[in-house]
Amino acid sequence: MQNEMTTFKPKIVAFCCNWCSYAGADLAGTNRLTYPADVKIIRVPCSCRVNPMFILRAFQRGADGVIICGCHPGDCHYTTGNYYARRRMTLLFSMLDFLGIEKERTRVEWVSAAEGAKFAATMNDFVATVTKLGENKRLEDLRCKK
Amino acid sequence: MQRIGVFVCWCGSNIAATVDVAAVSDTLKNEPGVVFSTNYQYMCSESGQNILKDAIRDYQLTGVVICSCSPRMHEATFRKAAAAAGLNPYMVEIANIREQCSWIHKDKAAGTEKAIILGRAAIAKVHLNAPLTAGESPVTKRALVIGGGIAGIQTALDIAEAGFEVDIVEKQPTIGGKMTQLDKTFPTLDCAACILTPKMVDCAQNENISIYAYSEVEEVKGFVGNFHVKIRKKARYVDTTKCTGCGLCTEKCPVKKVSNEFNLGLDNRRAVYIPFAQAVPKVATIDADHCNMLKSGKCGLCAKVCTAGAIDYKQKDEIIDREYGAIVVATGYQPIALDKYDEFAYSQSKDVVTSLEFERLTNAAGPTGGTLLRPSDGTHPHTLVFVQCVGSRCEDDGRGKSYCSKICCMYTAKHAMLVREKYPDTEVYVFYIDVRTPGKNFDEFYRRAVEEYGVHYIKGMVGKVAPRADGKLMVQACDLLANEQLHIEADMVILAAAIEPDPSARHLATMLTASMDTNDFFTEAHPKLRPVESPTAGIFLSGVCQGPKDIPETVSQASAAAAKAIGLLAKNKLTCNPCVAHSDEWMCNGCSACEKVCPYGAITYMDKEFRMPDRTTAIRRVASVNPAVCQGCGACTVACPSGAMDLDGFSNSQIMAEVDAICKMK
Amino acid sequence: MQEMMIAKARELLKSGAVQRVLGWKAGEFAYDVEPAVFESAQELEKSFVYNDFCGSNLSKYLIAQSRKEGKTLVFLKPCDTYSFSQLLAEHRIVRENVYAIGIPCQGKTDGETLKGKGFTGILSAQCEGDTFTVHTLYGDKTAARADVLPERCLNCKSKKHMIYDELLGEDGEVLDSHRFDMVEKLEKMTPDERFAFWRGELSRCIRCNACRNVCPACTCEKCVFDNDASGIAQKAAADSFEENMFHIIRAFHVAGRCTDCGECSRVCPQNIPLHLLNRKFIKDINELYGAYQAGEDPDAKSPLTDYTMNDAEPGIVYHRGGNQ
Repeated sequence: MQNEMTTFKPKIVAFCCNWCSYAGADLAGTNRLTYPADVKIIRVPCSCRVNPMFILRAFQRGADGVIICGCHPGDCHYTTGNYYARRRMTLLFSMLDFLGIEKERTRVEWVSAAEGAKFAATMNDFVATVTKLGENKRLEDLRCKK
Repeated sequence: MQRIGVFVCWCGSNIAATVDVAAVSDTLKNEPGVVFSTNYQYMCSESGQNILKDAIRDYQLTGVVICSCSPRMHEATFRKAAAAAGLNPYMVEIANIREQCSWIHKDKAAGTEKAIILGRAAIAKVHLNAPLTAGESPVTKRALVIGGGIAGIQTALDIAEAGFEVDIVEKQPTIGGKMTQLDKTFPTLDCAACILTPKMVDCAQNENISIYAYSEVEEVKGFVGNFHVKIRKKARYVDTTKCTGCGLCTEKCPVKKVSNEFNLGLDNRRAVYIPFAQAVPKVATIDADHCNMLKSGKCGLCAKVCTAGAIDYKQKDEIIDREYGAIVVATGYQPIALDKYDEFAYSQSKDVVTSLEFERLTNAAGPTGGTLLRPSDGTHPHTLVFVQCVGSRCEDDGRGKSYCSKICCMYTAKHAMLVREKYPDTEVYVFYIDVRTPGKNFDEFYRRAVEEYGVHYIKGMVGKVAPRADGKLMVQACDLLANEQLHIEADMVILAAAIEPDPSARHLATMLTASMDTNDFFTEAHPKLRPVESPTAGIFLSGVCQGPKDIPETVSQASAAAAKAIGLLAKNKLTCNPCVAHSDEWMCNGCSACEKVCPYGAITYMDKEFRMPDRTTAIRRVASVNPAVCQGCGACTVACPSGAMDLDGFSNSQIMAEVDAICKMK
Repeated sequence: MQEMMIAKARELLKSGAVQRVLGWKAGEFAYDVEPAVFESAQELEKSFVYNDFCGSNLSKYLIAQSRKEGKTLVFLKPCDTYSFSQLLAEHRIVRENVYAIGIPCQGKTDGETLKGKGFTGILSAQCEGDTFTVHTLYGDKTAARADVLPERCLNCKSKKHMIYDELLGEDGEVLDSHRFDMVEKLEKMTPDERFAFWRGELSRCIRCNACRNVCPACTCEKCVFDNDASGIAQKAAADSFEENMFHIIRAFHVAGRCTDCGECSRVCPQNIPLHLLNRKFIKDINELYGAYQAGEDPDAKSPLTDYTMNDAEPGIVYHRGGNQ
């Protein structure tokens, strides 16, 4: 049991917009900047495509942390997408916090296509934070954890 | 159930060194729906692509997952290969196991495990993929330029030169815009009219260009390549086909005291007028607000003197329907109103003028014939004070603009220099916050004003201008560098008023579904990389409507906008991105949330009749997406509360299937 | 007031100006008042009521009624007019088919609240000034008005009608209420305390859907929770996760659109204070994006379909709320 605790590997879902952050993740790869394999990326056209349902779904299915990455405000490929995403996610995260769910499990980070280093650093930091929090218990669905 | 083929690429040793590619292809073979799974050294090579093509045919694959490098690298390659083998290209999904796996994970076990999960996610997505076909729409090979200033003129000339028809719509009776009112232009000091009027004439003579002067855009419908525009041609009460522009009517008209807008009210014109000698088209216009004949039916003098018989008091506004493939906005600017700037006594003294008024006062074709005279008493001014940044860079006082109007530093230097050159007996002061002169030969120009022409540049703002009974203007100001208060007895004060977008721009933007910033400047599709395109496809931006700029910059941008428009018009058909949003009409509430977040104006609403389950019919308001305009960002899909809006290629169920596959316990 | 309303409704029905009247109907017990449509003077005489139990918000019913032939007369209390205005902004109601009469409201009680205060055998109730008299099987009992009003009325946000064709009685003012006090109290708790609080509340949810069905913002043609294709369809909460998810998604879907009428909490048979979730969003929106109340200004942009370039970053959440 003790051993299991120390080797806790969190499940992290990262939603990355196609134009900036997904390219930033590619750049991290090209530059061989490592971050834990616990992070799995889902490509979306824009951060504004991320529906709160997807985030809750990830937690339900066993994710321990969800991070959304998009272009920096002002640089959205679709000009306004990340502005909407920013409001939506701010309110959603605030609501999760209001319900007592650890706010550190969710994050939004703006990563440009040139910021491979930032992408890797962000993921390292996020994984460390979530690892410290431990397993997601407050938004878990036991049926999915058999 | 799909029949899915999985192809794991080694990428030489790039993937194979840290991911056990055989283990990945063997494991994924057992996933539901997978009927074929293999791995190969270089999937993107010709032989790799042949393996893919053969497998599609041999195993009747309906979906393909390639575990390889980033889709940003080779998605197009594999889609093309799949299409060559008869599979819809959008049935191909890429699992990125190089950039996002093998290159960043050193531990082979962890890398292999992650590669398998990424492969599973791609398989889960492909299960829900549907074949997509890119639509096509035709392109009407004609452009509309809204605004006939230097920006619109340059854009129209360039488009016409490329061989396409182009219409200019200008609300004033003549094209030419603000530049016609200028005297000299910086930094070369050539006269504005000398360089502009030949271009105006070129426009009139170019057979590809039609000028709709004294006209406004009334309605815009349609989308990129297929705009339907209604243009209101306002009644001039003059038959433009008959009028020769002789000007006789403008001399005989008995209504003499109409404020002349071309000279900014510094003198008067008649009720029938031609704005200036080089107007294009050079035809008279009757001002219906002041014409005696139109107001009371008593006069008719102009009709009597017109030898061409061009006067037509019964003329009505005319609506012209035209179709366009591209629209260029060139609506320009105006100086802000100064009624909130009492401290400068603009409304109290005639000798306090704006810089644009000053242009007219020094212009040879202006009200004073080019001699600089005080508007109040017609005397020669000896002391002139220029105040910069009036309303620019000062949002906090609630009456100005936050931005820099960009042109004021240079034209003020120009004015100061010209005054000193022509009237060496004058003292000229310029009060500034900063002097900003980036531009070719701009700083040299400004330094010449200071060093060669002896213009007194003083860093500091003017606090108050008080007209004195003897006609002098008492200017109170501070010199920030010397840290002292100044009192100057001036004869004239010239205010560099901030510029703002033309007030018609906002209404126009609504019609065009083009976005604007908080200052009513049109926004670009990308501030750095697509600076002359609006986010709305087929709408291009030319000149100050996009942001403050001087003439050289305006002309460059006008030509750039023309190049973009030409690129569009040169196409016979537009291929649309097939990954677009679509609305399920049965679920749509018609609430307009999606429409509000769409940056492209791709969503419209219609009332549609539905046959309801209880056999009645109901009329409901439902959204529909124009696939030619939608760019597939997905903002609408989240704004929609009912989930009626979904995105092809990145649907709710596809993304959730990926989430499930990633989060699934082993 | 009731007599005035019936007279007005009869007059408009008789003249043919309206074809039906949307109001409240008496039930078996005094507190059993429910929304109803009346099509004749006889029906009005028989069962139309307007009393201290007419808490239900009629605006949502207009979605269906306004699609019928002819005009519908509706009586709207101030808070109902917010919902009406919001539904109009969302194009859910055919405005031409509605004749809206604004009526004053001094707060509405309900059977649940009275029973909670120990009143039994309730026959009828009436209020004069600050004294609330309940006629019961066991004689008349009185209580202070403030003691029998539910929270939403004690913290009423407005006595002003946002939209109407005609007003019966006086219009009031937008009030400076303490409606966010409870949200604030929760925000000051630690996350563990908040989690415990909401588990205690939401675990009682029986997924009866009453909150959704009564909500004037929840008007989707098809709810995502009923739609198999949405990926989150569910009929009953089988797990604590689903209890949470239903209420988070529901609150999110009405964020920026909720008029804070409080109907969700009124109808909840488990007495879950659901309105707190919606108020949390309203409070956040007010603090982060500027004061906004859905239903107040039909031309105002809803905060979730709007943005400014300098909006707060989502990271602001880490610095707000209670400490870990």
